[in-house]
Amino acid sequence: MNSFPPEIVLEAVANGLLTGAVYGLVALGLTLVYGVLHIINFAHGALLTLAMYAAWVAWAAFGLDPYVAIIPLVPIFFAAGYAVQRLVIGPASRGDDQNILLVTLGLSIVLENAMLAIFRSDTLSVQVDYAMEVVEAPLFFSAPMLLSFPRLVGFGVAFLVAGVLFVLLTMTDTGRAIRAVAKERTGAALSGIDVAHIYAVTFGIGTACLAVAACLLLPSFYVNPRVGNAFVLVAFTIVVMGGMGSVPGALLGGLVIGVVESLSGLYLGDSLGQLGIFVIFILVLLFRPTGLFGARA
Amino acid sequence: MLEVRDLVAGYGLTRVLEGVSLEVGAGEVVAVLGSNGAGKTTLNMVISGLVAARGGEVRFAGDRITGLAPAQVMARGLIQVPEGRKIFPNLNVRENLELGSYRRAKANRARNLEKVFATFPRLRERVAQPAGTLSGGEQQMLAIGRGMMAEPLLLILDEPSLGLSPLLVEEMFALIRRLHADGLAIMLVEQNVAQSLDIAGRAYVLEHGRFALAGRAAEVRENPELKRAYLGL
Ligand SMILES: Nc1ncnc2c1ncn2[C@@H]1O[C@H](COP(=O)(O)OP(=O)(O)OP(=O)(O)O)[C@@H](O)[C@H]1O
Ligand SMILES: [Mg+2]
Repeated sequence: MNSFPPEIVLEAVANGLLTGAVYGLVALGLTLVYGVLHIINFAHGALLTLAMYAAWVAWAAFGLDPYVAIIPLVPIFFAAGYAVQRLVIGPASRGDDQNILLVTLGLSIVLENAMLAIFRSDTLSVQVDYAMEVVEAPLFFSAPMLLSFPRLVGFGVAFLVAGVLFVLLTMTDTGRAIRAVAKERTGAALSGIDVAHIYAVTFGIGTACLAVAACLLLPSFYVNPRVGNAFVLVAFTIVVMGGMGSVPGALLGGLVIGVVESLSGLYLGDSLGQLGIFVIFILVLLFRPTGLFGARA
Repeated sequence: MLEVRDLVAGYGLTRVLEGVSLEVGAGEVVAVLGSNGAGKTTLNMVISGLVAARGGEVRFAGDRITGLAPAQVMARGLIQVPEGRKIFPNLNVRENLELGSYRRAKANRARNLEKVFATFPRLRERVAQPAGTLSGGEQQMLAIGRGMMAEPLLLILDEPSLGLSPLLVEEMFALIRRLHADGLAIMLVEQNVAQSLDIAGRAYVLEHGRFALAGRAAEVRENPELKRAYLGL
């Protein structure tokens, strides 16, 4: 195995943390929906792809910078997620978890094929002048390390979203109702909480997280009809590692996975970067099936 | 105030209620008694809109509420404190209480919170504690406090003394007396037959999906069947 000077390793760790925050954001939506609705949303990847196409269209057709596109896409995707849960998943499943699984799987197939029909399987990307920009972070013992600008933005925005979500879940009635429904549906219904509405709000928040993640990813990633699945595979690992349903676990798990991917890319080569993730996934399943941070659940 | 007429309900192929009629008047305490599995909780759940009625109707304050969603039922002031408490274990005491006014009496939240803390000083000491870590008695106080936050017109209490020590059971009945003295109408579902009959004005005894006995509490207490079955006399 190669040995690298410490500043290279440090740079890899830092870039891993930056990427990991956006992974965490994708995982956040997944874990929130799992924690509240107790379902694994198999449409999460297709919805991420859809959000990336939406951001691409906003750029290609309307000249919107992907970061600016966050502003219109968040409410649009919240509404779309709300409607999908309220009008499709909820009624189709009739509360049977097995049905929900199939409905979300079916939804992902429909979405993927619709996107394939509209956008073909070509790979699309946006050209923004900051895509390759780097920011120098000074190190006291050597030359400064170079951090990718889009990843820095992604890191900052991901944490901002997590902060907003924290405030929402702890300080507002709707947020408290979401947490209440997650653990005690009957008690919630008897307190006047409309459980179907709260499910839909939660699904909408999960989808809105994807819209943000898509806009953060777009400057440095390509889009094709299956791109979301790659991220969601990573997100599943994060959700399991962070503890199913744990919001802070998703964020921390995202950071860990980002670093693991970055370091295994450094030591094993780019093509094997994701290998480290799956090794971790299997190790977690073997030794900590409740997740690294899920013990309190 | 509450009128239940010929209510039929069940789960799947199981029939639980086979034509149940009952009434709770304003300011009245009505006891609903019955052995385990008689259908008392099912009756409450149908009234609150969580289990569908298959026949008959429920009226509250003159309006038909059969088929309304639970949130709409409670919005009218028909509040249930369910069996097994059903508090939110992951939320702290204050958050649990505040959610009691999620849909009703929200404007009076601060005032009602003070009222609940005055009634249950134990809860005030534990405002920031996750509700799941409260003792059983404290959880029962929290469940009742959460119900009071909604300013009930009629309160359904499903086995409020379940799992409490004899001392706390006494306290619970004293509390129900006080709520009654304040003018609240209460439907009390209980296994504690003797104490319930002391408090209640009228009582119903549910057996095999029907009321086998109904009348003034004093009369029901003297019924030989009831004495044998529930009081062990
Ligand atoms: N969700 C359900 N699905 C199927 N059967 C149910 C369900 N809930 C209750 N039952 C059945 O309905 C019958 C009545 O139950 P219920 O809980 O209403 O009785 P109860 O009078 O409240 O009893 P207890 O005094 O033990 O609380 C029981 O036979 C029970 O097994
Ligand atoms: Mg019961």
